[in-house]
Amino acid sequence: MGEVLVLVESEDGAVKKVTGELLTLARRLGTPSAVWVGPGITDAAIASLGEFGAATVYVAGDDALGKHPVAPTAEVLAQLVASTSPTAVLVASTADGKEAAGRLAVKIDSGVITDAVDVTADLVATQSVFGGSTVVHSRVTAGTPIFTVRGNSVAPEPAPATPARVDVSVALSDAATKATITGRTVAAKGGRPELTEAAIVVSGGRGVGSADGFAVIEALADSLGAAVGASRAATDAGWYPHQYQVGQTGKTVSPQLYIANGISGAIQHRAGMQTSKTIVVVNKDPEAPIFELADYGVVGDLFTVVPQLTEEIRNRAS
Amino acid sequence: MKIAVCVKQVPDTWAEKALKASDSTLDRESADGVMNELDEYAVEEALKLVEAGGGEVVVVTMGPERAAETVRKALSMGADSGIHLLDDALHGSDALATSYALAEVLKDRGFDLVVFGSESTDARMSVVPAMVAERLGVAQLTFAQKVDVDGGSVTIQRATETGYDTVEAALPAVVSVVEKINEPRYPSFKGIMAAKKKPVETLTVADAGLDASRLGLSAAWSQVADFAARPPKAAGTVVTDEGDGGVKVATFLSEQKFI
Repeated sequence: MGEVLVLVESEDGAVKKVTGELLTLARRLGTPSAVWVGPGITDAAIASLGEFGAATVYVAGDDALGKHPVAPTAEVLAQLVASTSPTAVLVASTADGKEAAGRLAVKIDSGVITDAVDVTADLVATQSVFGGSTVVHSRVTAGTPIFTVRGNSVAPEPAPATPARVDVSVALSDAATKATITGRTVAAKGGRPELTEAAIVVSGGRGVGSADGFAVIEALADSLGAAVGASRAATDAGWYPHQYQVGQTGKTVSPQLYIANGISGAIQHRAGMQTSKTIVVVNKDPEAPIFELADYGVVGDLFTVVPQLTEEIRNRAS
Repeated sequence: MKIAVCVKQVPDTWAEKALKASDSTLDRESADGVMNELDEYAVEEALKLVEAGGGEVVVVTMGPERAAETVRKALSMGADSGIHLLDDALHGSDALATSYALAEVLKDRGFDLVVFGSESTDARMSVVPAMVAERLGVAQLTFAQKVDVDGGSVTIQRATETGYDTVEAALPAVVSVVEKINEPRYPSFKGIMAAKKKPVETLTVADAGLDASRLGLSAAWSQVADFAARPPKAAGTVVTDEGDGGVKVATFLSEQKFI
């Protein structure tokens, strides 16, 4: 079986959950090789890649790689595609991941399929498009197939291996170093999981009514260890920061559990959450289209239902 | 400063979208065409940069005949001229083909800045700006929530999962903008009237010097094998809150092993 290159996503030196998912998927297609781009890899990170079956970890650890957005990652991958002739390349469907995949596709003249939720052993990708209303199966027909895969699409399954570390040196092109990262600003995280990675997402919409109203949404999220999302109506009104918007012009999430509070369920929003595994809805309006998606729905005032739910979860936990 | 803004006509954001059974491409007829919402922010940002620093804004699109409406909209907002790449041979072009065609049209025209919306609301791939930067060999400054141009350099705030990165480059550069970078203006009556007189250059594949074998559905680097509407979800349980709605949800979550 050929190698399958998996681009590692990391934060503060730790391998992110989605990478375990991609390595699990890669094992179906061939022999997984993890690709680490940028400085700061640790033995612990290599061990955690091994936990999900990475046979090889390619490390392009030059400092310069972290100083320029996206383009260097594509150059590292292109070099590895040339040297390993992999069966496929898997990249997480993050903003950076999709752009790196796109640039790689241009470089190696290969097809790229974005936002796959599954890839079969014979390299057919499943995509859920138009807000989850249509399921598409497609395949790359030219070059080395490149897939970007959505987080939470594949259950990560450990398959312990002891990876071989292979250091890779890449001479970056002038074009790849034209844009330079001169600063990083990290907003206060508040300890909640990242929206697109979270197993549970609790969202609020127009029915939340104000910025202060989001306190009840956040309290429920915290009782479940969930991320907080918001509909466009709520972010447009300035009640919640824009980066938490779930929907067609915001983030697409596919958690195990999505709790929609005071959200009517316009296509704009459904497009971002329709593929969630289990959906719970709280809304005053029994006619709200979001109820069509609900596995469990409550017609009622979110300001009574949600605090009661939060309290009940806390009681059951203790 | 000479700025190109690449725009795309898409089915109305609020409309249900579908693929055509005949060739698995987007059904563009069944819904009204509108300018991709994120491209409105791109046009606005380009106009603001030119208003502040002088120069011109050229709107560029690739698409069927009626995509001309989207060029007109950008002109009515204030862009100076348009380029419409229009050819049946382009139908079904994927992101690689689109980026190839756009890059060929953009190069050698002396643009200092090429501005995109960060994604289209139909395909939602978010890769074309990066691909165009790759093809042009210029700096990529994408997902900008703020853009500043100062002389020969451009600085953006690149929105990230956790905040933003400050990214700088010398011009020329490709920029993509995220929603909320600005408030796109509505075309004024005067703007709409003026737009009718603004020049729009319509180019065929041959006019643009493009290699037709790299364009369209048959040349696509990936192919749809099949597609189907997602089966409707089995109806869930919906209850009316009678004072115990929260407890009932907790019981459901417990049954489902979430708590």
